[in-house]
This record gives sequence, C-alpha cells and structure tokens, in this order.
Amino acid sequence: MPEKFDVIVVGAGPAGTSCAYTCAKNGLKVLQIERGEYPGSKNVMGGVLYRKQMEEIIPEFWKEAPLERPVIEQRFWMMDKESTVSFGYKGLEWGKEPYNNFTVLRAPFDQWFAAKGVEQGVLLINETVANECIVENGKVVGVRTDRPDGDVYADVVVLADGVNSLLGKQLGFHKEFRPDEVALTVMEVINLSKEKINDRFNLEDNQGCTIEIFGDSTKGNLGTAFIYTNKESINIGVGTTLSSMIKAKLKPYDLLDYLKNHSMVKPLLSGGESAEYLAHLIPEGGYHSVPKVAGNGVIVVGDAAQLVNAIHREGSNMAMASGKMAAEAIIRAKEKNDFSEASLNSYREALYNSFIMKDLEKYKDAAHTFEHHPQYFKEYIPMVNQAMSKFFTVDGTPKREKQKQIMRSVTGTKGTFKVIQDVYRAWKAVK
Amino acid sequence: MHIVVCVKQVPDTKIIKINPKTNTLDRRSAPAILNPYDAHAVQEAVRMKRLIKNVYISVLSMGPPQANAIIKKSLEIGADEGYLISDRAFAGADTLATSYALSKALEKIASIRPIDMILCGKHAIDGDTGQVGPGIARRLDIPPVTNVIEVTELSEKDQTVVVKRKLSGGYQLLRIQMPCLLTVEKEINEIEYSPLPNMLKAARYEPVVWTVNDLQDVDRTQLGLKGSPTIVGKMFTPPKHEGGKRLEGSADEQVKDLITCLLEEKKELFYVK
Amino acid sequence: MSKEYRGVWVFIEQNEGEIEGVSLELLGAGRTLADKLGVSLAGVLLGKNVLALCKQVISYGADEVYVIDHPVLEDYRTESYMKGVILLAEKYRPEIFLYGATPNGKDLASAVATDLSTGLTADTTMLDVDLEKRLLEASRPAFGGNIMATILCKKHRPQMATVRPKVMKALEPDSEKQGVIIEENIELHEEDMRTKVLKIVKDVSKSASLADAHIIVCGGKGLGDQQNFTLIYELAEVIGASVGGTRDVVEAGWLPHELQIGQTGETVTPKVYFAVGVSGAIQHVVGMKNSDIIIAINKDASAPIFDVATYGIVGDALVILPKLIQQFKEILTEKGGEISYAGKI
Ligand SMILES: Cc1cc2nc3c(=O)[nH]c(=O)nc-3n(C[C@H](O)[C@H](O)[C@H](O)COP(=O)(O)OP(=O)(O)OC[C@H]3O[C@@H](n4cnc5c(N)ncnc54)[C@H](O)[C@@H]3O)c2cc1C
Ligand SMILES: Cc1cc2nc3c(=O)[nH]c(=O)nc-3n(C[C@H](O)[C@H](O)[C@H](O)COP(=O)(O)OP(=O)(O)OC[C@H]3O[C@@H](n4cnc5c(N)ncnc54)[C@H](O)[C@@H]3O)c2cc1C
Ligand SMILES: Nc1ncnc2c1ncn2[C@@H]1O[C@H](COP(=O)(O)O)[C@@H](O)[C@H]1O
Repeated sequence: MPEKFDVIVVGAGPAGTSCAYTCAKNGLKVLQIERGEYPGSKNVMGGVLYRKQMEEIIPEFWKEAPLERPVIEQRFWMMDKESTVSFGYKGLEWGKEPYNNFTVLRAPFDQWFAAKGVEQGVLLINETVANECIVENGKVVGVRTDRPDGDVYADVVVLADGVNSLLGKQLGFHKEFRPDEVALTVMEVINLSKEKINDRFNLEDNQGCTIEIFGDSTKGNLGTAFIYTNKESINIGVGTTLSSMIKAKLKPYDLLDYLKNHSMVKPLLSGGESAEYLAHLIPEGGYHSVPKVAGNGVIVVGDAAQLVNAIHREGSNMAMASGKMAAEAIIRAKEKNDFSEASLNSYREALYNSFIMKDLEKYKDAAHTFEHHPQYFKEYIPMVNQAMSKFFTVDGTPKREKQKQIMRSVTGTKGTFKVIQDVYRAWKAVK
Repeated sequence: MHIVVCVKQVPDTKIIKINPKTNTLDRRSAPAILNPYDAHAVQEAVRMKRLIKNVYISVLSMGPPQANAIIKKSLEIGADEGYLISDRAFAGADTLATSYALSKALEKIASIRPIDMILCGKHAIDGDTGQVGPGIARRLDIPPVTNVIEVTELSEKDQTVVVKRKLSGGYQLLRIQMPCLLTVEKEINEIEYSPLPNMLKAARYEPVVWTVNDLQDVDRTQLGLKGSPTIVGKMFTPPKHEGGKRLEGSADEQVKDLITCLLEEKKELFYVK
Repeated sequence: MSKEYRGVWVFIEQNEGEIEGVSLELLGAGRTLADKLGVSLAGVLLGKNVLALCKQVISYGADEVYVIDHPVLEDYRTESYMKGVILLAEKYRPEIFLYGATPNGKDLASAVATDLSTGLTADTTMLDVDLEKRLLEASRPAFGGNIMATILCKKHRPQMATVRPKVMKALEPDSEKQGVIIEENIELHEEDMRTKVLKIVKDVSKSASLADAHIIVCGGKGLGDQQNFTLIYELAEVIGASVGGTRDVVEAGWLPHELQIGQTGETVTPKVYFAVGVSGAIQHVVGMKNSDIIIAINKDASAPIFDVATYGIVGDALVILPKLIQQFKEILTEKGGEISYAGKI
C-alpha cells in the first residue's frame, strides 16, 4: 500500500523548501521530492539572496547559513563599447545586522536550507523525479515518480518544480512559454582570491558588491548582465529573452565570452579560474503570464508560478514568500479538512494581496516595452556614454555650450518628439 | 541468513580532480560517496535476498558521523539495518587497525544476530589497497575469497556458496563453507534503480552508532593511529623525466614529423614492410 | 629479542608450475635491496610438485628458496597458503617480504600481515631502503595529488609490500648460480579446508590483450565524448594496436574497465604507446611509463604527460588524429605492407 502524506512538495529550491519547512513546523507530515543529487546540485542563480523573506522563515539565518558576502554596494552600469556610465549606492549600514541582502552560492545554500526543513521533520528524498501528478476525479491526489513502486499520495501536492514546471503544464495550468516570456541566462563562477576581489571592488573581507550591466553587455539586446562578488569567487552572467536571442542569432555562450572579454569587464576577472558553467531559464513574462496557482489538491509556487521580477532580478525572495503563503493556506485547509480549489484559493488571495503580485503588476509592461523598442538598449545607452564623455572632457568649451551640443546630438538623430515619447514610455513601464 | 556488508565513505574521485599542474586536490563541493565497489556488494546482498528470501542485510561502516549518509544510501539499495562505529579512537587507522576495529564491531553484531556472510568491496577507491577484507576474515578466522565476479550458487541448507573468483587470465570456481567473507568486483552486478519505498525508508532511517566503549574486549593499542604499523614517511613528486622531443609546426607538419621519427629514429621498434 | 629479523624474501607465485612474471621481477628488485643491506635474498615457493622450480628461482637471483610442497597446495587458496607462509615467516624471520600485487599476492599478503600484526604497503611502484635504520621505503601514488608517498613500517617486522607487476626489472637468468633449498613440512588436510576449488577456467582473450600488446592507443577524457572516442579505435585499427583508456574514460562509460590502464587498472609495457587527450596523472603514468616509445597528443602544452613522452604533439586530438590515421593509411598502401614491431614480425 503506497504511503500517504499530508503534503508532497515537488522541488527543493527556495520555494519548495520554504513551503515544506513551514508545513512541517506546523505539524504536517511532509514529503519533499528533489530530482538532483542533492538540493541545489543543479540550481542556478546569479546569487543575490534577499534578507527579508528568508528572515520571515528562519530568523537571524545569517548567523548559520552558508552565505558569501553581505552586499554593501549596488552598482549599475550603462555600458558602451569602450566606456561606461555608472551610478550606484554604497552604504556601510548594509554591512551590519540585520543586513540588506547577501550573495550566495546555491549548492551549499539550498542544501543547508533543505536540511533545516529535515530538522523540522520534512522527509526529503533526492535523485527522484516526479513524472506526473496522480489525478482522481478531477482532484490531484499524489505524484507518480520515476522509481519502481513510485506512486505516493497526499492531500495536497505543491508544485515547486521551477521555471519549466512540467507538472503544471500537464495539469493545463500554463502553456508552453513564448520565447519572449523567458530569458535564457548563462553564468560562470570564476575563482579569484579574496585579496584580488577586495582590491578590485574596493571591499573588505565581509563586504560584497553587485553590478548590473545594461547596454553592450547584451550587444544592445533586451537583457542584462551581472557581476556579483562571493567570498573567493565571482559570479558573472548574462541573459536576454529567448526571442531577442533568436532574432539577433546570438549564442548564449558567445555572449558570455563577449562580456568576459569586454574592455570594461576583463580587468575585474583577470587571473581568475573558471570553476563552473551554468545555464538556466528565468521566467520573465511577469504579471500576464502567471498561471493558475491553485487547483483541487494542488498549489503552484515560485518560478513554477512565474513569480519573478525581471527588472529587479528578484526571484528567490518571491519563491520563498509564495512558498510560505502556500504553506499557510494548506494549514488552513487542513484545519477544515477541505483541499478543494476553493479552499486552497486562500493562497491565491494572499499572493495577489502581497508585494509579489503588486510588484509584478507594476512592471507588467516593462519587458514588453523594451522588447518592442530596442532603441533603449541599442541607441540610448551609447548616447548617454557619448554625452558623459563630452561633458567630462576638459577641452575649453564652456559648459553651457557643451549641454547644447549634447542635446543637439541626442535629438539630432531622432527628432525631439521621438525622444520625449521614448522617455515617457520607459518611465511608464517601470514607474 | 544474515549478511553484513562493510561499506566505506570515500571522496568522489569523479568530481574531486587532482590538478596535475599544481599537484593539489581540488575539493570544491565534492561530496563524499559510498565506495562504488561497496555499492555493488550491497546490491549483491539484495540479489541473494531475492533469490532465497529470508535474508537479513546489515551494513557496517567505520568513519565520521557524516558516514551516516552512505548507510542511508545502502538502505536505499536495500539493506535492512545499518551500524556506524565512530570515535576519535579509530582515527588515523591503516588497514591493519581498520580490520581490527571492524572485526570487533562484527563480533558485536554477531552477538545480536549471528552472521553467515560478510561482503566487502574489492577495494576502496581512495586508497585502493583491498587489504581490509582479507584482514577481517583473518581476524574472525573465516575463509576469505577476494575478487568475486559471480555468485553462482547459494545453499542455506548446506551453508555453502559457490563463486567465481577473477584471476589474471580467467577465473576460479570455488565452493566455500559459510560463514565466509567475499570481496566483490564491479562486474558482479548492475546497481538497480531503488524503488520508492526504499527511498522513504532510508530517508527516515537512523543508523545504530557505536563508540569504542560500546564494543567488547577491545585492545585500544590496536586502534587508530596507535594501532597502525605503517606511516607515511615522506611525500614527493616523482623524479621528472626530461621529456622527449616536441614536434613543431602546423598539425600537418607535426603528424608528418612524427611518422618520420617513428620510421627512421625508431626503426628497430617500428617499421613498415 | 630471540632472533633478529634478517633477509629479503619474495613470494614466488606459481600457477600450474609456471612462475608469474612479477615474481621474477621482484627477485630482481629484491636482489638490489638484499645487496644494499648485506643479507641474502630468498624465494618462498608453495605448491604441489614445485621443487623443480627452485632452480629457476635461484637463477633469477635468489640465494635461498624456502619450499613447501604439499598436495593440498595444488591450487592457490588463502587458507592453505597463508598457513605455510606464516609458518616460514615466524620460523625464519625475514626483515622484508615482497609479494606481487596480483589477486593472489594481495590476498595472501593481507592475511599474512594480519596474523603477523605487521604493516603492509599496497601496490608499490618504487622500492628502496634506508640503510641506517634498515627501513624499507615502499612508495606508491598517493591520493592527494600528482604525488608519491613513501610508506614506512618502523616498529614491526617483517616489512611487507605488494608490488605492481611490470614496474620492476627481472635480472637476466644465470643458470650457473648456486643456492640453498630449504624444504619445510606442514600439516594440512583437505578435509579441514573450508574452500574447495571446483575448477579453473582460463580466459586469456580479455585481459591478456592489453598486457601483451606491442602497440597501444590510449584515449583520455580530452577526447570530449564517446563519439570522438571512436577515433581512437580507428587509429588502433589502422596500425594494428590495442585500445586502452584512463580511469576517467572508464568511469564515463566509454570503455569497459578491463581496458583501464594505470594504478587501478593494467600495467602495460608495449613498444609504442599513444596517449591521446590524457593529462598524465601519476596514477595513470605508473601504469605505462615503461613503454619503449611514448607519444603524447594533448592540447595543453604543460600537461604532465609530456614529461614522460618520447614525442610530444601539442595540439587538438580531434584535428591530429584524422591526419595521423590518413597518413598511416597512405604509407601502408604505398608500401603495400603492414606495420611490424620488434619481437613480432
Ligand atoms: C542566472 C540567474 C540569476 C538569478 N539571479 C537571481 C538573484 O540574484 N536573486 C534572486 O532572488 N533570484 C535570482 N534568480 C531567480 C531565482 O533563481 C529563482 O527565482 C528561484 O530559484 C526560484 O526558486 P524555485 O524554488 O521556485 O525554483 P528552483 O530554484 O528552480 O527549484 C526547483 C527545484 O525543483 C526541482 N525539480 C524540478 N522538476 C522536478 C521534478 N519533476 N521532480 C523533482 N524535482 C524537480 C529542481 O531540481 C530544483 O531543485 C536568478 C535566476 C537565474 C537563472
Ligand atoms: C586512488 C586512485 C587511483 C587511480 N587509478 C587510476 C588508474 O588506474 N588509471 C588512470 O588512468 N587514472 C587513475 N586515477 C585517476 C587519475 O588521477 C586521473 O584523474 C586520470 O588519469 C585522468 O584521466 P584523463 O587524463 O583521461 O583526464 P583529464 O585529467 O581530464 O585530462 C584530459 C586531458 O586532455 C587534454 N585535452 C582536452 N581536450 C583535448 C583535445 N581536443 N585534444 C587534445 N587534448 C585534449 C587536456 O589538456 C587534459 O590534459 C586514479 C585516481 C585515484 C585517486
Ligand atoms: N572504514 C571502513 N568502514 C567499513 N568498511 C571498510 C572501511 N574501510 C574498508 N572497508 C571495506 O574494505 C574494503 C576494502 O577497502 P580497502 O582495503 O581500504 O581498499 C572496502 O571496499 C570496504 O568494504
């Protein structure tokens, strides 16, 4: 007789583990199924972990979690071929408790987090793939794994199976992605000594820095690149939507190579040794592509529910928050012993009332806007670079005259009206 | 029938790479694994259990508390029970001291449930000595058979087992009186994909952990570093050969050069007729 | 101490009246050790009707042969052989005792070491002695880098080691050499034996092919994938070579493990050895460095394999191999013949 649990969680990423942890802590009998050799073994993330949502699950987690560095500086680069305009913020208050956010490597972090769940009583099994949900009378009652005698049952199945969410697709909750709804990101972990990182990024041992790069990092296509500092390595990655990659005939690895050899980037990496190479999709469809998130006996969380804020590169925090909300809904459902869609929809309500859906709604048109108006990446970033170059080059031209020249060069190619329109559109998309 | 499999936790050499340039061990996030030969030994016990039913499988490991993980792995494959002996007193053991500690633990297991057969891997991939198995057999005074590639017969009634033992060019077919100890080669079986109920059982399982004090009649001078006659004297990089000739030029020129060298400089060894 | 431990011993492994090559190699290595220490070298020979082999043992360098001839010793079994060897070692007390690292040698040495409570170094590839302390220095590749470790056994005697076949050199046999034969009796009864040999099956097809090959093409992880690995087979086919691989290749499943060359695999000594996409880790090198000609093809100019190579090509194997195959083919058609190797025409 196959076993029955209160909850089966498919996936041991941040979403799945937050949900499993919270359920187990509240006395539910939880089975968590992960296909990797161990949690985190296959997981990819640029590496910024936000403090707030993690803290709500495990208070003062930074005292024991395997973190890399607290981020004390965030930089933004608008990069052209041989120049970059940068701005950012560095604040030492971020280097002290309770911190703002941290860089992490997913393999150790996910393992640690999942182990915390196990401490709460979660039964975790690795190297096992959930192939499909078992559906009886229109209700999800368990999952079928790829193992012999592999059926297992539960009142609720939580799909935390990441961006591809095959299980969600099988249930008809969402369709195959359109190429403009997902970004393909490739990244590399590059080993570099602590001393070099500290010198090059102007940091102390326990301080980290993030750089988000727009413009020539993607050869002007819609997308971004990033450089994050770990203790003794650097994460560097670049991604664009699948659609622009197809349109521009880009190969993701070539793009990463291009970035690594870019004159603005190369000196930061020099002498480093490549340790790992990873590729992964990020759901970037935003608000409009969030699928159905609750059904009879089933709940969808994290990337599987497309909960990613592409503009701010927030994902793991939304994953955790959604996992926790799902757990709370399941606990409520358990009290009533009602696991119908109507009952589990309390999760949907919580989700739509939270920062997650509010943020996603705010940016709902952003990617779309930029995708259809490539001038932002292709033209304005080089333009800004030229403008800055002119402005800061000391050549005897009076400053007022310089500003005039700059304005003329900006509007000259396009006409004033077009520029104003573009600026308005961009502002609306991200405001 | 009670089979005990000795299992060792080893670093995964597929992942840990020795960097040949710096001569260092690259340990990045390398997980420790169940010694692959030992996994085959557990699998073989499971196969025997399927064959004659009524078989109880225990595994025994000596190592740090983390060796827990490989005991769970053994349960996934199909073991019923797991014992871990873990104590500072065991640390630094060479093969002689290891076989001593394991034999003491085996005596204790046998007092709980008499043992009919002990299985070991042919060797552990971290040191590959292959000395621990025969050492245990000697200490328990039971017959050992190393390099087993097939168990062809198993008779509970006669208390005998027939095995093929791999030799340099061929094999021996042997009949052994139980209790006995076998060490197995990889070709003895294929590791099966474990059924889900085993996975669930393993995830829940907590092995029996013993310290030195839990074992009986232990002579502590025979344990760990103290009980190990061998020590590592020195480490050195092997004397560098001067290396031969580097062939220069384009790929075509290098290939041509090589063939000329072989046919002319080395014609006493290599020629075309 | 009742009697000091003196003398260097070598276990002479025989199968159906034929002495294993490694035992003769060990007599060569043992001779050097014994001469340095100023003691005699002895062979230890067990079996049924093996007295006739003593002469050969002496001609390969032994001063003495300890023999136990008994019907129960007809085939190797740990139980019976161990009894004989322990009896001799306890009675005559050698200071150094070497065994071939064959299945039987390793098995026997492990059991004997346990009974004598002494140290045993496995799979040694270098032997020396520290004269002052009369310590055997048995070295083997160490896990922990491209590095060798010397294992010592300071307080216990005899000092024992198993030694890889084909890494030591046998002496030229000297049929004039004189030696002493010491016969020892032992009480053994077949009915007491808990292990019975039902039959012995010879299957030389598999493992012998590499060990006896005159030319070997060995592929490493550098070939990238199993598909590319077929180039290795192609080259081997053209020049009539046997194929081998590194442990990484075997673990990746591109080759069966009996074709692994190195510390944990076969030791080979062909006339010509091609190492293609092989980095040259110490565990691999100990298994092939005694080949007559070593040709390395590797795209990393600083790969350690070049240190042992007679000829080195720094380049992409996927480019070089097809050209090499092509060139060999052309030469063969041109000369209309076949490639020959010394010793095998
Ligand atoms: C390059 C890159 C950079 C990013 N940078 C950041 C960042 O800096 N900060 C941030 O907050 N977010 C970032 N994100 C987003 C973030 O990684 C994700 O939003 C987050 O990991 C989502 O968590 P999850 O638990 O929903 O999914 P995942 O982390 O993808 O976890 C899903 C888990 O389910 C398992 N699984 C899948 N299918 C099955 C199955 N059928 N059976 C069993 N197990 C299964 C997988 O193995 C995996 O462990 C980035 C993403 C990428 C790709
Ligand atoms: C206890 C123990 C025992 C071991 N026993 C053995 C043993 O018996 N035998 C054994 O072989 N190993 C053994 N090893 C493993 C050994 O340490 C090495 O890891 C292994 O030999 C490396 O195999 P490799 O050279 O194929 O692969 P790698 O070390 O990955 O080397 C690949 C090489 O190919 C080159 N290359 C890459 N691409 C190309 C190309 N296109 N063209 C040309 N060259 C290219 C690279 O520069 C590199 O030098 C053992 C290890 C341990 C710890
Ligand atoms: N620490 C240990 N715990 C349990 N079994 C061991 C241990 N060390 C060695 N063994 C067993 O002995 C076999 C040979 O190991 P080794 O002699 O170290 O090559 C292994 O395959 C195991 O079955």
